[in-house]
Amino acid sequence: MSILVLAEHHDGQLSSATAHVVAAAKQIGGDIHVLVAGQGVSAVAEAAAQLDGVAKVRVADHAVYAHQLAEPLGDLLVALADDYGHVLACSSTTGKNVLPRLAALKDVGQLSEIIAVESADTFRRPIYAGNAIATVQSEDALKVITVRATAFDAVGETGSASVEAVATVVDNTRSTFIKEALAESDRPELGSARVVISGGRGMGNGENFTLLEAIADKLGAAIGASRAAVDAGFVPNDMQVGQTGKIVAPDLYIAVGISGAIQHLAGMKDSKVIVAINKDEEAPIFQVADYGLVADLFQALPELEQKL
Amino acid sequence: MKVLVAVKRVIDYNVKIRVKPDHSDVDLTNVKMAMNPFCEIAVEEAVRLKEKGVASEIVAVTVGPKAAQEQLRTALALGADRAIHVETDAAVESLAAAKVLAKVVEAEQPGLVILGKQAIDSDNNQVGQMLAALAGLPQGTFASEVVVDGDTLQVTREIDGGLQTVELSLPAIVTTDLRLNEPRYAKLPDIMKAKKKPLDVKTPADLGVDVAGRVKLLKVEPPAERQAGIKVGSVDELVDKLKNEAKVIS
Repeated sequence: MSILVLAEHHDGQLSSATAHVVAAAKQIGGDIHVLVAGQGVSAVAEAAAQLDGVAKVRVADHAVYAHQLAEPLGDLLVALADDYGHVLACSSTTGKNVLPRLAALKDVGQLSEIIAVESADTFRRPIYAGNAIATVQSEDALKVITVRATAFDAVGETGSASVEAVATVVDNTRSTFIKEALAESDRPELGSARVVISGGRGMGNGENFTLLEAIADKLGAAIGASRAAVDAGFVPNDMQVGQTGKIVAPDLYIAVGISGAIQHLAGMKDSKVIVAINKDEEAPIFQVADYGLVADLFQALPELEQKL
Repeated sequence: MKVLVAVKRVIDYNVKIRVKPDHSDVDLTNVKMAMNPFCEIAVEEAVRLKEKGVASEIVAVTVGPKAAQEQLRTALALGADRAIHVETDAAVESLAAAKVLAKVVEAEQPGLVILGKQAIDSDNNQVGQMLAALAGLPQGTFASEVVVDGDTLQVTREIDGGLQTVELSLPAIVTTDLRLNEPRYAKLPDIMKAKKKPLDVKTPADLGVDVAGRVKLLKVEPPAERQAGIKVGSVDELVDKLKNEAKVIS
């Protein structure tokens, strides 16, 4: 059976997460089709056609799919799903918003945020904030799955899939897009950055995050934060790394002034190398850190910046 | 407007869980249980809507074992007017829970249904969306602000990269994100009064829902342990290790 991957895209650009989801689809095995739904998405479709392993890109380009609202996107997926054995999406806010609608409308269960493919019907996924890993087998004819992008390596971009239009247009009278307020950033996207430096409550206030910015600029890193730092109002909540924020798995994760609560660890403990800088040597973060520095961050950070 | 709030009994979020030695599941014997934190936020939002005069009645509902009535009593102490317990000892998956809730929605005809965005045990993040699909209603997931305006609802949603505001026709389904509100604590007199509030008990069979599972749980394992790291003595040593030992910076 074929596999349908729902493309993730923003502002006319294909999100890098899609290449990771295609990698998961390749492990399942079968023809891989990518669905690009939105308005004015021809560039996204072309980018998706270049992903290795993709056989076909299906493009639903219509005003009703603009902003990828759950109601029309769910109905579109329902209309297309009969051709497929699996429907996959990234476990982003878009994937999480839409896929359960498809599953319910097709009367099948959904597997959320898989981190490994064991076979075409058996997958591994974290439960209890990543403190246990469940191996689950779906007995449904259609498998609806969201994929944790950081758990799969991205496929290359040397493919040349065919692109075809999807004629299906659905109605949507139930929801209307009003506005979006996106945080602006020149730095790499948190979810896909190779290096992430995060600050916690120990940063003291929002202004002190400039100490992290100087280092982030030298390392080409994205900046994250713990829930404590977000709740204290230091930084906006889209910077939050954790069970209730973003899940990251960079090559290098630097945790500064972060104690290491369960909810934060769930978002970053699959990073390759973890560095903790904290003045409390009993902080739980040191139990997962490869390199720990017990120091006052206000001295350590400027010194680190200078020595990079 | 009647508001329906779904709550779930889960392991307390402060508990460090243990996997059973036979890897069949997580060990929940003698473990402290509580209302799922996102459900607390859902109850709080319903109570605030009632305080603003938007909601006229709050109905709390749960699907689960007999002990889950504790969480319904908590919701009643926090301000819900009555409760519905759909009692089952089965391990209820998201789809079955959504089907049960869809039947309750059909019977109660609420103007708004509020759920948490995910339960901290299964981490699925599915029930609200599935309920919306089954009930044929629009959904406002991961809500950080909810404004009822006549027969429409404006929901500000936390999305990757920022915030999105959508307008939904009522009735609608909302799932709560952490920053929607800060839940209050139940006061002792309210806990006493909650014991007298009505609590209906039904079964999935009464509602005509089959709660049999679709997903087989083959194995539960603890996550791979990270190797213990080392403490470095200075920033110089840290930079040296990152460059020459871990080779993650150049």
